[in-house]
Amino acid sequence: MKPLRLVRLVLLLGVALLLAACHREEALPWRLTNISGHMPDLDFQLTDDNGKPVTGEDYRGKVVLLYFGYTHCPDVCPLTLAHLHAVLQRVGPKADGARILFVSVDPARDTPAIMHAYVNAFDKRAVGLTGTPRALEALSKRYRSAFTREPSQANGQYEVSHSSAIYLFDRQGRARLLATPAASQDDLVHDLYLLLETGT
Amino acid sequence: MTLRSLPLLLAGLLAAGAAHAGQADHVRAANAWIRVMPASLPAGGYVTLRNEGDQPAVLDGASSAAYASVMLHESSTDTGMGRMRMVDRLTVPAHGQVALAPGGYHFMLMSAATPVQPGQTVQVTLHFADGSTLATDFLAKPANAL
Repeated sequence: MKPLRLVRLVLLLGVALLLAACHREEALPWRLTNISGHMPDLDFQLTDDNGKPVTGEDYRGKVVLLYFGYTHCPDVCPLTLAHLHAVLQRVGPKADGARILFVSVDPARDTPAIMHAYVNAFDKRAVGLTGTPRALEALSKRYRSAFTREPSQANGQYEVSHSSAIYLFDRQGRARLLATPAASQDDLVHDLYLLLETGT
Repeated sequence: MTLRSLPLLLAGLLAAGAAHAGQADHVRAANAWIRVMPASLPAGGYVTLRNEGDQPAVLDGASSAAYASVMLHESSTDTGMGRMRMVDRLTVPAHGQVALAPGGYHFMLMSAATPVQPGQTVQVTLHFADGSTLATDFLAKPANAL
């Protein structure tokens, strides 16, 4: 082989390696916090907002945005869900491959019917999940999340303090990314698009 | 009543009148809106208050014929936990402004007398510490408004 051809071959190999590296998932330019390998796969046994029993397996094939909240929360939960709705709108038709799972931390008040009215006021791709306190606590603990029912007020109303993070799972149900409510819409759109593109 | 006490009474009435022309008169409300929730769930109310006066204006409550209760709250998501606390008083500094905005200060409007629909206008009366009030029209918006 002539020296020039060898140089060409080496260069070509180098380019090929670079391209391969770019296509490896680890090299994807995530903007949110990458939690791949640090959190367990999506798994739960809850009831959806149509009253149907569901498990994590039922959402394989979809990119999942998991968020804990409750329907009597008038400010932060609606803001986060409105934010996620806007993100899905910006991603476009591809976002039909995603589901927002809004998990109740207030099973005493959040019946499937109330959850149904609530999530549908935000986005048709949002699903409300509720269940037994034990099942909800199990899911919350699984993702190192927490919630606390605050003392009741004179009128019987009460608030529930809860972790405000949004967990993103790929189509295989693997935990991939973590977003805070302060995450920019641009970053969420960017990473959600990547997750939707890279999954099978 | 003696004739001698009349000036005193008049002075008292004038003073009372002056007190009523109070903090609310210097406050301008802008971008007032309500995030309407389904199924008579509590709604959030938002408004930007600008104080054009030389004295601070202290908001200490609100009321509305459209809701059984209106409370002033503050949300926070510090340390990754979403929390809400009741706020007794909120000071609008002289020649300054305070925004009640999603994720921070807001009104929690509970138990609507009749269901409020997006597009409607709901009057909410803001109460200030000196007893003065400011009637403000809030625009009802859909749940997923940003």
